[in-house]
Amino acid sequence: MSELHSALPAAPHDDSKTVFGFWVYLMTDCVLFASLFATFSVLRGSTFGPHGGAELFSLPFVLGETLLLLTSSFTIGMAILAAQRGLKSQVLAWLTVTFILGAGFLGMELTEFTNLVREGNSWARSGFLSGFFTLVGTHGLHIASGLIWMVVMAVQIHLRGLGRSTLRRLTLLSLFWHFLDLIWIFIFTIVYLMGAVQG
Amino acid sequence: MSRDYHMKTIPGNTKPVSYRSYITGFIISLSFTFSAYGLVVAHLNTGHRWPGDHVLLPIIIVLALAQFIVQLVYFLHLGVEPRPRWKLLVFGFMTLVVAILVFGSLWIMNNLKYNMSPGGTDTSIIKDEGIHK
Repeated sequence: MSELHSALPAAPHDDSKTVFGFWVYLMTDCVLFASLFATFSVLRGSTFGPHGGAELFSLPFVLGETLLLLTSSFTIGMAILAAQRGLKSQVLAWLTVTFILGAGFLGMELTEFTNLVREGNSWARSGFLSGFFTLVGTHGLHIASGLIWMVVMAVQIHLRGLGRSTLRRLTLLSLFWHFLDLIWIFIFTIVYLMGAVQG
Repeated sequence: MSRDYHMKTIPGNTKPVSYRSYITGFIISLSFTFSAYGLVVAHLNTGHRWPGDHVLLPIIIVLALAQFIVQLVYFLHLGVEPRPRWKLLVFGFMTLVVAILVFGSLWIMNNLKYNMSPGGTDTSIIKDEGIHK
């Protein structure tokens, strides 16, 4: 029995457990975002005077942010495909592209925040803006940590190559990044598009 | 030797992921994003007339949910794991918790607003119960 057991390949199982554990983390993070979405929806009507989403947000600008993030979600998939074939330089190139797109997204978001605060529409102004900054800011914070992770990942791949552990970490990073784009679909729809429709 | 070592599947997946999967997911996601955006812009340009609120809101919510599922399948590869499908199970549980959390909060808070908003209560009750003064 024990001979039979040792003859089986022992390794592959552990990696899939790590991925599963990370998946469980992502699902609990979904619950965090769900509570922020609920808070935002409840506070949606509590604006200061007529200053609702329709006046404060620029839809074309937000569409630009969305396209950057969606494309970056696609390019990190390209990095995974290159990693699957063991093409180290291609993985690094796709990671760089993903990083630039992600940094562009974060830069646009910070520009939007700065403009809002400068015009006096900070989180302290109304319940609606508190909910908005908490929800979108939490997503932005996730993006920032994802970008840091991406830099660390690129350095690791550069130094150690595409071994089993780097491949595993890259898989987790890609799951995290795709997950952030999933959350953004709902921010785009509920906060911005529905905000523009309902005023 | 080292090439063979690299030609393996991504941890947590049974099959290697394909270009096709990512390209399909990307194109569908783009088209859903542009459709939702285009409909909202049309709505705003026609002075909130076409498409009307009650049609437009369900449509963009359905487009968001559809894009969510498309990305889960094509980008996060949900549903391709071997049985038992633990990822899918945890995902299902998450959906349940999120549904209770979001709909529960909105339900309770709207009810509170209905019953407790100063001044508004009388008018809303009079209107809802069909009382004529």
